Amino acid sequence: MRSFTYERATDPRAAMAAVSRTGAKFISGGTNLLDLMKLEIEQPTHLVDISRLPLRAVDELPDGRLHIGAQATNSDVAADGRVRTRYPVLSQALVAGASGQLRNKASVGGNLLQRTRCAYFYDTAASCNKRVPGSGCSAIDGINRFHAILGASDACIATHPSDMAVAMVALDAEIELLGADHATRRVAIRDFHRLPGDTPHVETVLRPGEMITGVILPPPPPGRQVYRKVRDRASYAFALVSVAAIVATERGVVTTARVAFGGVAHKPWRSVEAEAALLGRPATMATYRAAAGAAMAHAVGRGHNDFKIDLAKRTLCRTLTHAALVS
Amino acid sequence: MGVFTVVDSKDVERAADTVSVALTVNRRGHHLDLDPRTTMLDALREHLHLTGSKKGCDHGQCGACTVLINGRRINACLTLAVMHEGDEIVTIEGLGAPGSLHLLQAAFVEHDAFQCGYCTPGQICSAVGMLDEAKAGWPSHATADVAVPATTLTDAEIRERMSGNICRCAAYPNIVAAIREVAEGGRR
Repeated sequence: MRSFTYERATDPRAAMAAVSRTGAKFISGGTNLLDLMKLEIEQPTHLVDISRLPLRAVDELPDGRLHIGAQATNSDVAADGRVRTRYPVLSQALVAGASGQLRNKASVGGNLLQRTRCAYFYDTAASCNKRVPGSGCSAIDGINRFHAILGASDACIATHPSDMAVAMVALDAEIELLGADHATRRVAIRDFHRLPGDTPHVETVLRPGEMITGVILPPPPPGRQVYRKVRDRASYAFALVSVAAIVATERGVVTTARVAFGGVAHKPWRSVEAEAALLGRPATMATYRAAAGAAMAHAVGRGHNDFKIDLAKRTLCRTLTHAALVS
Repeated sequence: MGVFTVVDSKDVERAADTVSVALTVNRRGHHLDLDPRTTMLDALREHLHLTGSKKGCDHGQCGACTVLINGRRINACLTLAVMHEGDEIVTIEGLGAPGSLHLLQAAFVEHDAFQCGYCTPGQICSAVGMLDEAKAGWPSHATADVAVPATTLTDAEIRERMSGNICRCAAYPNIVAAIREVAEGGRR
């Protein structure tokens, strides 16, 4: 690990000032950043510890929304009674991710900003446009079994690894940001992460010096919420494919449909195509298959990950069956 | 490139400024002056000579370094010691000692829940934290309905909740049996 200086921020404004230094970075749970610093993939020269900022609470907002502080741990959010009853898809997604130890340390803000687990991003002897812009992509012609099938580019086929963010995309969450100028703004989570394009090293719309202060969940839509994750091990592995679905039916017809995929793209992937194919249609397997086909209409395999296209379709059908059954 | 690294003069590490940190480890207070890069695991092992917590992968993947910080289980290898000013840390050395074993230590011995033993301190610290999480009603990936606030620690729940602790000797059936015994409050 390269050497760095350390400073603990006592309030958000002090943190904003501290991070304006060249080479400075925020650290919160540190479970991804320290992993990458040990490998010298991340090389900050100054760490600003924001883990003790008063941003840990989960609070009800007067209009029925829920505000989750960016420093709340993944465990705290998953175990929160209001999240479990009103946003169960979020609780399910959180406990599907990482391990008990990591969830006790990892923060909500850090979860959103975690980097890809592409093996070529991690291998400093390989080419990676995300790690070293312009160096090429070893994954495109490499072992790309874990890689993206939607929204990828010739510069990068990495996936975003978060489970939490997939549920938040299905829930239409907003990210609350504090800018270097001390102004706050909110960004819809589906606009927060970027597709790789020609600049895969630019992963979000965060501006320099900006800090995530919280996530706001709107009142939950009607219907049953289900998160389903498919992976190589029964537990403690990143998703090959995951689906967050929210479905309501009336007299056998779909009246609410929210669909988001994980493990398939550079960002948590909301499928408006699948939602359009579900809404107003009978809650039957024929409808689910049509929705799956619509969701994957533009999917592209790169060889080792071709199986993900069928897997994503089947996982969606299974998740929708489960969600519609009891709604 | 390969395994050899050419060290450029600009890459040579200058001695980092140390940071002072106060920690309570196994109920004893300590003041340490540390290079900020020092992980909690290295602070425990190399500075406080508490070598019960083990370094397996050093990347949060194996769980051998699991300790309790303010009562919660975490990977000591993936956190900086300087971030834990004033925190209370409990390691395997603080749970029990020969002659006065912690219930889980005794159950691991009774059930032959290890072979080489390298993962065992992490397994036991993790199980202590996990049982408290279950008592608090936290859900897991094995929980059928996360909205239900109570948890019954079935074998499937124990396995899922302990998945952050890898045992290369694969003593898993006996680890589950040891934890189940303590979860149920005694021998069956």
